[in-house]
Amino acid sequence: MQSQTYNYKVVRQFAIMTVVWGIVGMLVGVIVAAQLVWPELNVAEWLHFGRLRPLHTNAVIFAFGGCALFATSYYCVQRTCHTRLFAPGLAAFTFWGWQLVILLAAISLPLGFTSGKEYAELEWPIDILITVVWVSYAVVFFGTIATRKTTHIYVANWFYGAFILTVALLHLVNSAEVPVTLTKSYSAYAGVQDAMIQWWYGHNAVGFFLTAGFLGMMYYFVPKQAGRPVYSYRLSVVHFWALIFTYMWAGPHHLHFTALPDWTQSVGMVFSLILLAPSWGGMINGIMTLSGAWHKLRTDPILKFLITSLSFYGMSTFEGPMMSIKTVNALSHYTDWTVGHVHSGALGWVAMVSIGAMYYLIPRMYGKTEMYSTKLITAHFWIATIGIVLYIASMWISGVMQGLMWRATNPDGTLTYSFVEAVKASYPFWTIRVLGGVLFLTGMLIMFYNMVKTIAGQKAYEAPVLAPAGAHA
Amino acid sequence: MADFVSGFWNAWVMVLVFLSIGFCVFVLISNTTKRTSGPVGLHDHVWDETLQEYNNPLPRWWMYMFWITIIFAITYLTLYPGFGNNQGKLGWSSAGQWEAEQKAAAEKYGPIFAKYRGMDLNAVAADKEANAMGHRMFLTYCAQCHGADAKGAKGFPNLTDNDWLYGGEPETIKTTILEGRQGMMPPFGPALGADGVKDVANYVRSLSGLANDSLRAQRGKEIFTQNCVACHGPEGKGTPAVGAPNLTDKTWLYGSSEATIIETVTHGRTNRMPAWKDFLGEDKVHLLAGYVLSLSKNAAAPAEEKK
Repeated sequence: MQSQTYNYKVVRQFAIMTVVWGIVGMLVGVIVAAQLVWPELNVAEWLHFGRLRPLHTNAVIFAFGGCALFATSYYCVQRTCHTRLFAPGLAAFTFWGWQLVILLAAISLPLGFTSGKEYAELEWPIDILITVVWVSYAVVFFGTIATRKTTHIYVANWFYGAFILTVALLHLVNSAEVPVTLTKSYSAYAGVQDAMIQWWYGHNAVGFFLTAGFLGMMYYFVPKQAGRPVYSYRLSVVHFWALIFTYMWAGPHHLHFTALPDWTQSVGMVFSLILLAPSWGGMINGIMTLSGAWHKLRTDPILKFLITSLSFYGMSTFEGPMMSIKTVNALSHYTDWTVGHVHSGALGWVAMVSIGAMYYLIPRMYGKTEMYSTKLITAHFWIATIGIVLYIASMWISGVMQGLMWRATNPDGTLTYSFVEAVKASYPFWTIRVLGGVLFLTGMLIMFYNMVKTIAGQKAYEAPVLAPAGAHA
Repeated sequence: MADFVSGFWNAWVMVLVFLSIGFCVFVLISNTTKRTSGPVGLHDHVWDETLQEYNNPLPRWWMYMFWITIIFAITYLTLYPGFGNNQGKLGWSSAGQWEAEQKAAAEKYGPIFAKYRGMDLNAVAADKEANAMGHRMFLTYCAQCHGADAKGAKGFPNLTDNDWLYGGEPETIKTTILEGRQGMMPPFGPALGADGVKDVANYVRSLSGLANDSLRAQRGKEIFTQNCVACHGPEGKGTPAVGAPNLTDKTWLYGSSEATIIETVTHGRTNRMPAWKDFLGEDKVHLLAGYVLSLSKNAAAPAEEKK
C-alpha cells in the first residue's frame, strides 16, 4: 500500500495534449475568424470556412476541453479516492483512443466528411470509436470510485460522474445513424424530430460536457489552490441535483420560432430560466470558497484564472437564460450575439478554468509545485482576459446591430436593410474579434513555452498514494 | 391541434414536467434552514489532505431567485401552451400570432401598395415614389440573384440592358415575376457528338460576329438548321414565347466563349425564376414590375441617343 503510487502517466499525457490541442483548435478559430473578414483566405476547398469551422469547434470542445477533462478527472478521482486509477490498461487506451478520434476528425472534417450535425459532425466509424473510448473512460472512472478508500465521494467526482454518464447517453442517442458507405451515414431521425434530438444533444453538450465536467474541475482546483474549504456542502447538493434535472429540458430554446411544437418551445424556455439559480450555485460555491483568502488573488495568477473563469461562468449562465426568453431570442437568434455568448462561456469559463487547472497540474506531474515562470502565467492571464473582452464585446455589438438591422422596416413595411448591408456593417466588429482571438492564442503560446521550460530536464513523477485522513464518522 | 399521437404522450410530458419542477421545489424546501448565527460547521471529511467542506446555508437571495424562476415557470405554463396538450389560459399559439401579425401588416401596409393597382405599368415605372418602394423590395427579394445593381451574373439575366428573354412588354415582365419562368435548353452532346457540338458552337459565334473557324461554322450551320431552329428560329433570333434567347446579339446569359457555348450545347441548361405571386401578392409585384421596367428604360435612353 505504502509503495503504491498514483497513475500520473495518463494524467500527464492528457495534460500536455490539452495545451497542444488548445493551440491547434484556437489557431483554427483565428483562421476562420479571419476568413470572415478577408474572404480571399478561403484558398482551397479543404481550407474553406465551411469545413474549418466544424474542425475548430470539435478541436476546442473535444480535443482541448476533452483532454482537460480526462486529465483533471483522472487526477482528481485518484487523489480524492486515495487509490490508484482503476484498470490502467483501459486508461492508457482512453488516451490513445481519444487522440485517434481527434486525429481522424482533423483529417475527415477538412476532407468534407460530415454527418451534418453540429458538434457531432464526425462520421459513423469515428462515432463508434468515441463510444468505445467513452465506455472505457466510464469503467476507469467509476471503477476508481468503486475501489475508493474513503467513505464519502468528493463533490468534484459527482460532477465528473454526471458528465461521463450523460455524455455517453447524448452521444448514443444523437449519433444514431444509418451507414450508407464507410464515410457517409444518415440520421436515424427525420424533420423536426431530428432537429429536436440534435439540440437536445447540442445544449446538453454545453450543459454536461462544458458545464458539469468543468464544475467538477472547479470543485477540485479552486479549494486546492485557494487552500480553503468549499463554501457550502448544502449548496453543492442542491445545485448539483437541480442542474442535472433541468438541463435536460433546455434544448428547445435553440429552436424557437421554428416548426417545433409550441409546447416544446415553452417548456424549453421555462426550464432554461429555472437553470439560472442552479448554475449560479456553482459560481457562488466557487467564488465564496475564496472568502477569507481574497488577498491571494493579488499574487496568485492561477487563482486569477480560476476566479475569473467563475465570473465568466456566472455571466454566461445569466445571459443564456435571458437569451432563451422568446422575446429576446427573436432579436438575438442567428446573430453574432449567440457566437459571443458561446465564447464568453468557452473562452471565459471553459478555457480559463482549464488553463488554471493545467498550471496547477503540470508542475506536479514532474514532482514540482510551481511552473517555470509565474510572471508568464500573469502575462497569459491579462492577455487572455483582454482577448476575451474584445471578442465578446465586439460580438455583442455586432449581434444586437444585426438583429436590429434585420427587423428594421420602412413606413411601407419593406425592409430597411438588405441582408448584405448587415454583413457589411459587421466587418469592423469581425476584425476586432480576430484581434481578440489572436490575443487569446498568444496566451496559449506563452503557456506552451512555460510548459516546455517547466518540463525540460525533469523526470516524470508519480506521487505515492496517500492514506485517507483518519476521522471518518 | 394536438401535438401528440396518443393520450399517453400527453400524460407522459405532463408527468415529467411536473416531476422536474416539483423536484426543484423539493430540494429547495428540504434544504431551507433556519437563520442561525455563530460559526458555520465544517464537515469532518477530508479528501486529498486538504479538501474540506463548510456547510453554509443556502444564500437567501439565491433561494429567492430560484423561487422566482419556479413561480414564473408555473405561471407561464398556465398561461401558454407547454403543459402537455394544455393550450394555456391566454389561448396563444405561434401560428395564431403569425396570422394576426400578417393580418395587421396587410391592413397597415396593404393600402400603400394597393393604390398603384390600377396604374398603368409605364406610369408606375415613371413614378418616383413607386420606384423607391420597388427598389426596396428589389433589394430584399431580387438582389440575391440579379445583383443590387440589377446587372445580373452568369445565369442570372441583366435587367438593365433592354434585352428580354421572354419579352419586355410591361405585362410580360409582370407575368414573369408573378408566375416565374422555367428556362430549359436540352442537352445535345449525346446526339451531336463532340465534333458536332464544336461545329455548331462556331456557327453560333458567327451569328453575332464573333471570331470563329469558318469551316466548322459552315458545317455547324447544317446542324443548327436540323436541331436548333425550332426554338432559336431560322436566323437564330430566338423565340421569346419559350424564352429561347436571340443568338445574334451581344447579350449572353452564360457567356460567349467557345468553351462556354460548347458546355451549354453539350449539357443543356436549366434555369428557374421563382414565382412571387403567392409570397408577395399582385400589388407588390405590380410595383416590382414597374421598377424593373424603369431600369431598362433609364439605361436605354443614353444608348438610343448614341444611335
